[in-house]
Amino acid sequence: MGDLVRVRRHRFAGRHDRAATTEPRWVGLLLLATTVVFLGLFLLLPLVTVFTEALRKGAGAYFASFGDPAALAAIRLTLTVAAIAVPLNLVFGVTAAWAIAKFEFRGKSFVTTLIDVPLAVSPVISGAIYVLLFGLQGLLGPWLSAHGLQVIFAVPGIVIATVFVTVPFIARELIPLMQEQGIEDEEAALTLGASGWQTFRRVTLPNVKWALLYGVILCNARAMGEFGAVSVVSGHIRGKTNTMPLQVEILYNEYNFVAAFAVASLLALLALVTLALKTLVERLSAAAVTLDSGLPAAEEI
Amino acid sequence: MAFLARRHSVLPGFGPTLGFSFLYLSLVVLIPLSLLFFRSADLGWGGFWNVITSPRVVAACRLSFGAAFAGAAVNAVCGLVVAWTLVRYRFPGQRLLDAVIDLPFALPTAVSGIALTTLYAPTGWLGRPLDAIGLKGAFSPLGVTIALTFIGLPFVVRTLQPALEDLDLDQEEAAAVLGASRWRTLRRIVLPAITPALLTGFALAFARGLGEYGSVVFISGNMPMRTEIAPLLIVAKLEQYDYAGAAAIAVLLLVASFLLLLTINLLQRWSGRRHMRGA
Repeated sequence: MGDLVRVRRHRFAGRHDRAATTEPRWVGLLLLATTVVFLGLFLLLPLVTVFTEALRKGAGAYFASFGDPAALAAIRLTLTVAAIAVPLNLVFGVTAAWAIAKFEFRGKSFVTTLIDVPLAVSPVISGAIYVLLFGLQGLLGPWLSAHGLQVIFAVPGIVIATVFVTVPFIARELIPLMQEQGIEDEEAALTLGASGWQTFRRVTLPNVKWALLYGVILCNARAMGEFGAVSVVSGHIRGKTNTMPLQVEILYNEYNFVAAFAVASLLALLALVTLALKTLVERLSAAAVTLDSGLPAAEEI
Repeated sequence: MAFLARRHSVLPGFGPTLGFSFLYLSLVVLIPLSLLFFRSADLGWGGFWNVITSPRVVAACRLSFGAAFAGAAVNAVCGLVVAWTLVRYRFPGQRLLDAVIDLPFALPTAVSGIALTTLYAPTGWLGRPLDAIGLKGAFSPLGVTIALTFIGLPFVVRTLQPALEDLDLDQEEAAAVLGASRWRTLRRIVLPAITPALLTGFALAFARGLGEYGSVVFISGNMPMRTEIAPLLIVAKLEQYDYAGAAAIAVLLLVASFLLLLTINLLQRWSGRRHMRGA
């Protein structure tokens, strides 16, 4: 997803002979219509459904859904899990990016591949591996239960599964950017007498702040919205081990559609805020790039 | 960690940062994941083979692979149209549509799942018209394909967009000047140039579809032998404390997605070479 940050070039508007590089007008309209209809049916309509279903019985029923203690407990648990998983992966992402982007070493591609692995693994498998490790019949299960510790069907399991699925997000945003930026700035700072920590804080960090923010936004969205992995390790204990997506599932399976879509609407709002922030960060970072290089803004070329 | 020896650099902090990263990855990713292979090895080859060739697993895998393939194929066609329109045309609302492409990434899968199910249920906005022409949307293999199309769309569009933006317009102009029709130019100049990106997007969407769970379990209806997907069988086996059986299906899916990842890497190397040659 790293390549989503990009500067759009408007070179198609006017600079070239349009007739040679565009389709006939009717084909263009057909393409445009296909795009709008396809995206409308496949992307916008499901989003609209979430809100119309949540408000089907009026605003009163909608807001009453949040009075349910189980719903509140689910919201609290989701916030707690994200508050643990995101900082952990933030620390990991920054340290991994420093080692991978600023140094050459053997085995680098192995480490980079390991970071990407959670993206390629089915969410169900991400949860299953921890059941195999910590579950009652798992490798460490007997030892854990002998010491009165519970990981699976409890909050620690949910946190670990969430950490697993969100490992790549921040590291993946930072590594390509920091590789591109090289080490000249840091070398200059060190030569001028800055300490290693000062160099990192005053030189490296400001250089990557947008990518870092972008990574945190993506990581947080996934941490709060993860369903498959968390579902396998949670045990669905109402009020105790239900995160918001799991609460949505339970309510939906109980045919309590208004309440299910009410909780879902909060998650959908989170997704919309994530997309809006993402677009904003892309624009700000593109503006920062063009300002830094002293070139006119891309839109004006 | 002898194999992680570094070359000389003046920057500090190599040892601690790499050490911490490697430890973290080992604890969170490497060790738990390798356990999966050990656990399925408990079964032996015969037991493993018995699990993955049992009729229910075969039916689930056929549905998972088939629906993921069909979804990726729909996305390859419609995603190409969408990416082309977004890159080559300017129209009102374009920025909004472009931002919306990422919705399936951003929307939690459980939310997409219940929304799609409501939409395609026999009484839903889209389920009713489908019903009228004799098609069952939700609770059928078609429903699974619809959910996987939704999930896979951003992979195709976001892979194609940079490739389309990098196209050399001069080649298209040259083709037009030499008398090629627009259709011929698209087929002979544009399509070959973007084929690696198109295949990469297809493979990414396919891989994601294979493992997808949240958006599918609601719309599929989970009928054994008919609309049960492979990831759901892993969950079912875990709930019956059949850990080895769950591990066997998981290994099957993992191997499939790693093979796809390998293909994607080869495709990207191919497109890199193409790019160099073109430059």
